[in-house]
This record gives sequence, structure tokens and C-alpha cells, in this order.
Amino acid sequence: MSYGPHTADDRDRMLAALGIGSVEALFEDIPAPMRSAGLELPPPMAELDLARRMSELAGRNRVDLASFLGAGVYRHYIPAAVDEILSRGEFYTAYTPYQPEISQGTLQTIYEYQSLIAELTRLGVVSASHYDGATATAEAALMAIRATGRDRILASRAIHRHYLDATRTYLDRGSLHLEELPTTVDGTTDLDALERALGDRQHPVAGVLLGQPNLFGLLEPMGAAAELAHAAGALFVAVVEPVSLAVLAAPGEYGADIAAGEGQPLGIAPQYGGPYLGLLASTEALMRQVPGRLVGETRDLDGRRAFVMTLRAREQDIRREKAASNICTNQALCALAATVYLATIGPHGLRDVAAMGAARARELEGALAAAGAARVHGAAYLNEFAIRVPDAERVHARLLEQDVLAGLPLGRWYPDDDTLRDALLVCATEVTTSEEIARFAAALREVLR
Amino acid sequence: MNVPEDLRYTPDHEWVRADGEEGVVGITAYAADQLGDVVFVELPATGTRLSAGASFGAIESVKTASDLFAPLAGEVLAVNDALSTQPELVNSDPYGDGWMLRVRIDDPGSIDRLEDAAAYRTRIEAA
Amino acid sequence: MSHGPGGVSLVEASLAGAATAVEEARPGPAGRAAVGATLQPTLAELSRPGRGGGKVPHPPKDALDGIPADARRVSPLALPELNEPEVVRHLVNLSHLNYSVDTGFYPLGSCTMKYNPKVNEWAARLAGFAGLHPLAPDALAQGTLELMHELQGALAEIGGMHAVTLQPAAGAQGELTGILMIRAYHRARGDTERSQVIVPDSSHGTNPATASMAGYETLTVRSASDGGVDLEALRSALGPRTAAVMLTNPSTLGLFERRIEALLEVVHDAGALAYMDGANMNAVLGRFRPGDAGFDVMHFNLHKTFSTPHGGGGPGAGPVACVERLAPYLPGPLVIRDPDGRYRLERSDERPTAIGRVRAYQGNVGVLVRAYAYIRAHGGTGLREVSADAVLAANYLRERVGTAYELPYGGPCKHEFVASARNLRAASGVRTLDVAKRLIDHGFHPPTIYFPLIVEEGLLIEPTETETLETLDAFAEAMLAIAREAHDDPQRVLAAPTTAPVRRLDEASAARRPELRWRPMVGRETPCPT
Repeated sequence: MSYGPHTADDRDRMLAALGIGSVEALFEDIPAPMRSAGLELPPPMAELDLARRMSELAGRNRVDLASFLGAGVYRHYIPAAVDEILSRGEFYTAYTPYQPEISQGTLQTIYEYQSLIAELTRLGVVSASHYDGATATAEAALMAIRATGRDRILASRAIHRHYLDATRTYLDRGSLHLEELPTTVDGTTDLDALERALGDRQHPVAGVLLGQPNLFGLLEPMGAAAELAHAAGALFVAVVEPVSLAVLAAPGEYGADIAAGEGQPLGIAPQYGGPYLGLLASTEALMRQVPGRLVGETRDLDGRRAFVMTLRAREQDIRREKAASNICTNQALCALAATVYLATIGPHGLRDVAAMGAARARELEGALAAAGAARVHGAAYLNEFAIRVPDAERVHARLLEQDVLAGLPLGRWYPDDDTLRDALLVCATEVTTSEEIARFAAALREVLR
Repeated sequence: MNVPEDLRYTPDHEWVRADGEEGVVGITAYAADQLGDVVFVELPATGTRLSAGASFGAIESVKTASDLFAPLAGEVLAVNDALSTQPELVNSDPYGDGWMLRVRIDDPGSIDRLEDAAAYRTRIEAA
Repeated sequence: MSHGPGGVSLVEASLAGAATAVEEARPGPAGRAAVGATLQPTLAELSRPGRGGGKVPHPPKDALDGIPADARRVSPLALPELNEPEVVRHLVNLSHLNYSVDTGFYPLGSCTMKYNPKVNEWAARLAGFAGLHPLAPDALAQGTLELMHELQGALAEIGGMHAVTLQPAAGAQGELTGILMIRAYHRARGDTERSQVIVPDSSHGTNPATASMAGYETLTVRSASDGGVDLEALRSALGPRTAAVMLTNPSTLGLFERRIEALLEVVHDAGALAYMDGANMNAVLGRFRPGDAGFDVMHFNLHKTFSTPHGGGGPGAGPVACVERLAPYLPGPLVIRDPDGRYRLERSDERPTAIGRVRAYQGNVGVLVRAYAYIRAHGGTGLREVSADAVLAANYLRERVGTAYELPYGGPCKHEFVASARNLRAASGVRTLDVAKRLIDHGFHPPTIYFPLIVEEGLLIEPTETETLETLDAFAEAMLAIAREAHDDPQRVLAAPTTAPVRRLDEASAARRPELRWRPMVGRETPCPT
């Protein structure tokens, strides 16, 4: 199948205009020894056959289990209006709005997105989005380094492992340092250890990163950590989950300088890893350190309100090697999804989503405890927590046989941690049903017997 | 293009108005015109040491950004705070209200190594 | 297809025939507009307390009892309150203000704005693909894993490379991945003094920005007068401190690097590796494989070459392909097919030499699904034809546009070409920016302008292979008409656009005093005007 419109006659007319007999003449600038004769790929397919092939592959995935897997990506109800708007060709087939006169749709929706996330986080400057939660976290660390002129980052080990891995990759340029902060037995970040690490005057800290909720689903003492960071002249970075901000303190409320996070819960399907939405917000003092796109309000020559990409001089196409980041795209369509999601679900709906998840999670905790699996940690949680089971990998596999996806075995990410080796991280959201919880508990009781 | 006779210039389009050990630094009308509408000027803190030819800050217009280079070695005595809210002063009055730094010059004699107005004018006319 | 009040889409106009279309394109009461005309209020302005709701059930009253008081939100959650019909109307009306591939020709050089096939969108939304959790066990993900494995193989074949990672989220992230792999390669050999990356002055801005992000110093080498990299300049820049040279081929000028063999030879002679920016692969599918030519590592832009939609600025995907000696350093996990025919993600202990991950999970898989569908639809022969048609269209357009604009470089071009309005500027004061804005009045999205930076008054024009000859002709006629207007009535061009919903914007004020969100909002009790 081809999407090209040219008839043989069209091609002949173009060739005639160029005074050549064959399109091959246009490729003679490729040195002969490296000219390729073709590709060894399967033959073309008609759309019908392609549709069949795609259905067959999609059908080989299993998405019908009772799933309690979260660990950074959460199942939520997505109002039907979200995909309806995302399916509009005027949005999804548009390019980056470099020509603002004919891109006001994209520009205004990004501005609305920035405004919505500013309200959620209570931070004044919101980037037009980054690739995902991991890269937003890495960029937040680099912002702290640029803003303070220091080179050392402290990050809680209870931040998502992939976020820490990506941050380590982004900081791996010889001169920058990332240290992990330990957690206490209750599962939250060890503030004494933080204080000690901040106390090393020989090596001042640029930024302190904590997750809220942390990877184990637990609520961290964000205010106290922020105070410690600020007392040492470091910036405080909150790695947040956006739905939770409807009920949990906003980063701007507890003094965070930067918030980073994964926007997937705001109306974006899991899709086996992306595309997602890297949330990045900061105080106004850090505005010029924010990497990536920003959209601002302005006026046209006739005084009409309009929107435009602004503070462009920080970006790679102008600054080249001196740019704040090499990021070129944003995740505009995913930011649009978040915008439609927040606009349709509304403030009360978002609170309901967060609170319903908490209610379902408490129901889950009770059912699993009754089945013989107690929580690992003592700290308060919102809608995700770890349970202790003997031989977590085996239990996980056995439950899978019964169509229960029992979260994430934490030993995979913390192989050296005795308390986590036999832990499953499980979550519930508003889409989790009591029937699924009962099924999980019954199967678990069976496996643990 | 306005190139005042009483100033000294760098090939990077900064000017210096020297008065003994002290000098005032900015960018030329030609540079401001080339940049277009200036939107942001990043300047060093008071007390910063400048070395001749090294970058001391940056200037951004809508569509471009450039480093600012110190014409002379010295120490920053004051910066023009007005530029933080009115960067457009660099366009409207580059040799006056659009000034950037007041510096203590390490070697007042070094001013003679910068271009005079005639030499700078020749340079920009050739560009 | 949709358009604003009084608007006629370009596609309809182009079907009416080139000459007519251009007549109609002249602004005025009968003219057609590139996009709709009605500006919209913001969500905050539309909000009224009490509207909306009903999307999810209410939780029990004690749902949050387990949350300590000091962890709770105190400030109001001042999001707009709207009902669904208003939200939908607001966003549909906003969509009308956008130019898009689905509504018109988008000749943006270096962006490859080809048609985005609808079957790909349909496929990516299938519940089996869309609903799959990224940490789902391999047994639940066999369909997506098979697709990814096949895509790894197809991209390796297209690039002439040995192995592929699908993880990078965008071209720029692909660049970072490739440069970090090159650094890991040098480090593993104990070759630790290489601290520089060389880029040509015509390169994408992401190349030097990537080098900086990876901690390298960037050296820029000039282009020769024919637009290619200057071999002698490259040779003198290379040395024992060079880690990598980043080249774009075909170049950002739309030209194949004729000296590519010699360039790669001097790079390798210096002990450096050659990175290829694959942004322009649409020109050479099945005709030039970077791996065959001696490049060591490259990225693909799936949102350019393989038709995944640009989404108003993302998401994209930037898979990286490399030769065998760099394969140990690809970020994990790769997708593996076991001897029993089952697919799985690589374990972290299988390839400890891998550089760290550059993002979470497996990549922008929703984008990979679309690119896979595109590659399967075309097959090897179809992809070769894509490049033939893209290059033919670009050369044809170059020939036509060249009758009124300067062509700073000789032909043939590949999938895009550079023109310059230097002649117009000299004769009439009309600049490239003005030509671009005037194209809007003629119903077209402007080409990429002032890039590459080395071209004075440059226009980088890329038609792609999915535009009809009628559309190409209509665009050429519009370009020629603007050149005539510049001569006869320059004020008209300088005032453009006059048919878009807004005229030129005050970008300086936007940058001097940034207004980046609804005001007043944060710190206020309610965001909504009463």
C-alpha cells in the first residue's frame, strides 16, 4: 500500500520538467559503491491485510487481567471526550507551532495546559512538557545544578528506579554527582541521612529530590525535607503524581522549587511505556532555567490576544551548544490529552478520582491482610503500598496463572534489600472493582496456603 | 550607525567609556540593531572578576542569543539593574541608559589596546 | 475535513486546479484562509462554579481518613469547572485555528510533514496495544514484543546496521543515546582523552546541544561552497581529542554528501566515530544505508520518515541503530526472541556494558506501533518508491521555485532544497520572514525559514512524497506570485498575514514580560472570573 498520489503521467511530467528520463538520475550523487539496491523487508500489504496483522498482534497481548500493577503508570477512567479531541487531525497532524498566526489552537491548548499544571502544583512556571517522568526528573536535577552552580544531587532511593537510572545517565558527564538517600524502616526517606549529607560543607548540594508519593506509595515528609534542603542552600525537587495533587499538598505549598513527574494518569493510556507526559514546573525565580518549550500570552498588531512560544533563546535551535537542554520536541499531544482530561473531569472529579483510589486501596489492604499478606511499611499511603509474601516472584507467577496481575515484585528493583526481596507493590484506582479485589484476595489465600 | 568618538570598542561589539581606573561597559548600537528586539540581559553579580575576552554574561533577543565578552580585565562595581525589567533600553539607548556594567579596570593602560571609533566604524562598514 | 467559517481547505482548492487556486488565494472577501478565524476565550474564562461533574462515582466520605493532615492539600484546587459540551466545543473551535497536514500542504524543510495514515491511528488505539502496562510480564506482552522485535530488525535493515534500541523518545534523545554509546565505547578501550565532538555549521541545533549535554566540547567546522562538509576543515579539526563527528546525510541543505567516503575515512583515521543524524532518511530509503557507508551509529525520526503524526510538537520517537562494535552499549532492555519463538525483554544482567536508560520503560511504543504499520504497508519496495517520489517532488518544486528565488546550491537535491529570498530583499526590502507570512495569505503553511543558519534569507522546502502534482504547482505559483507582489506591492507582503485569525505577534513583549498562565491564578482563591 502506498500513500503517494503520483500517476505515471504525473511522474513523466515532473521528469520532463527536469529534463531527465528517469528518477534514478536524481540519485547519481550517491557514490556507486554505497548505493543500495533495495531492502530485504517483507512485501507491501494492502490495508485489509495490514489491519488483520495489527489486530492479530494486539490480540496477542493480554490486557484483561485483574491488574494491581502501578509503579508509576496507573489505569484511570479516560472520559470519551479525550480521545475524540485527540483524534482531530487539526491537532495531531499539526507541527510545532513555529508560525503562531496559524497555530493558535496548539498554542492556546499548551498555554491552558501550563495554567492547569501550575494550579495543580502551585508553581508558577510550567514547561510545555518533557518526554516522561524520568526525563523530567533528570532535567529537574540539571536545572538545580545550573541554578546553584553546584554539582551534587541527593535523590531518595524511593524514587522510581527508572527515573533514578535516567537521571544518572543524564548526569553522567564526569563532573556531576548523584547520591541516593536511604529510607527508614517505615519506608520513607531518612531525613537524618539527608541532614548529614547536606552538612558536608566541602561539597555543597545543588538539589534534593524526593517522590510524593514515593515509589512504595508512601507519603514523604516533604515540608521537613524542603526545609533541610533550603537551609543548606540547595533546591528542593518534588517528584509527584498529578492525580494525587487533588488531595495531597501541592509542591508550591511545601516550598518545592521544582516539581517533576509523570503525567500519564491525566488521560493517557499505558501503551507499554509511552508516549507519556513529562511534567516539569518551577517557581518563577527559576523561569530562565526551565528547559524546553514555553508558551506565553501576547498581542498581535491589532491588539488581539494571542499565544506564542516564548523565551526561545534558551533552546537548542538558537543556542546550539549553549542551550539549556537538547530537547527539541515536547509531548504536545499528550499535554492536550491532560488538558482535555482536566477540563472534563473538573476539580471535583479529580478529587473523586484520587479519593476513590485511596478508598479502593484501603479495601485492598484489608482483603490482602485477611488473606495473609500484611503491609511491609508503616508510613501512610495514598493508593499504592507494598505487601510481604514469601517468595514474591513465585507468588506473582502463580497469581498470573489465575489472571491476577499482582503488582510489581520489588526485589527486581531492589535485589540487595532484604525487606523488599519478598515484597509486592500493589495499587488500586477508581477503576479497580470490589470483585477484582475479592478475586485477588481469594487467589492469594490459595497460593499462600 | 552611531559610533561615539569618546568610546573604545571590541571586535565583539562591546564599548567601554573609561574614566581613570573606572569604566562603563555596554554593547554598540550596531550590535543592538543586529540582535533586534532585546528581551533579556544576563549580567554578573557585583564583585565578579572579569578577564579580558572572557564571557561575562549573555544577551537574548526574540530569535537569537549571544555571549557578552569583557573588553578588559577588572572587577564589576555595579550592574544596570534597570535592564532586568527593561531590556529594551539596550535598543533604545545603547550608549546611555542601556549600559551594562561599571568596572574597576585592572590596568588603565589596557584601554589603548581596544579599537577607537574610526577603527570600529571601518569594521562594521566592512561587515 | 474541517475548516473555519468561510474557509475552503487547500485540498479542495488544489483539486480545483492550480491556476484557479492561486487566483482564489488572493486575500479579500472571496479569498480562502489557511485556518479558521474565531479566537477563543480560555478555559478559565469559560468556567462557572458548579458546572461539570459526573465522570466518576463519588468516593465514600471517609476515603481520605488515612491521610495525615500535614500531607493534605490546603490551597483550593482552582481548576476550571465546565460541562462536557462546552469543553468539546472550545477545543474543536481551537482546532480550527490550527494548520495541519490533514487540512493543507506543509512544506517544512527538515520536518518531513507527510500524510499520517489513518489505519496507523486505528491500530495504535486497539485495546491490546493501548491498554498494555509497561511493566506487564513478557507473557502478557507477546504481541507488542513481537512488533518491537520486528521493528528493531526492519530499522537495522534500513540503516544497514547491526542492532537497534527503540527506547529514545525523540530524535534529540536518540542523539544523546548515540553520543553516550560512543563515549562508553571509548571509555571501554581506555581511550579517555577524547573530549570533543565535531559538527558542521549546517547541522541541526540539537547536535551541538546534545554534545554539551553529554559533557563534550563542540567544535564547528564550516561547509564548503558546494554545501558539503569541507574535508580540509574537518581534517584539521580532527585529532586525538575527537570523540565523534556528527553528520547529517543528506545534509540539512538537502544535499547528499558527495565526499562521504573521504569524510568517514578521515574520521575513522583519527580514531573517532561517525554519528549520523537520520532526520533526512526520507530521501534515501533503500538507496543509501548509513551502516554500509561506514557510519557507526545513527538515529531515526519515526515522526518524519515513518509517518507518525507530529502531534503539534510531539510525541515522536528516535530509535538508535549501530554497528556491531557499539552494540554492547545500547541502552537496555532490547527485545529478544528466544529459540522457542517467544519474545521477552532483555534482563539487566545480560548486557552489563549497556549505558544507562535514557527514559523510563521501553520507549514511545504507541509511536512504534504506527511506524511499524507504515513499514509493513510499504514493504521494502514501497519504501524505495517513497524516497523516489519525495526526491522527484523536491527537484520538481526546486525547478519551479528557482525561477523567482535564488538557489544557493547546485542540484540535484534530495528530498528538500534551499532557496533564498536574498534577491527579493535587495530589490524590494521584502525578507524571507515576509514571504513566509504572505504564504499564509495564499493558504499555505510556510517552509522552514532561516535554517540552516549558513544560508542568508533561507527557505528550506520539503514537499514529501504524499502531495499531488496539483498541490506542488499551486504552491509554486503562490511562491512566484509573492515574488511578483514583492516587486509590485511590497507593502502587501510586509503586512502579511492579513487573512489569519491574528496578525503578526509582539514576540518581544512576550519574552520581556512572560505571561505563561492564566492570571491571576496561583495564590488566588478562585481562578474564574465571576
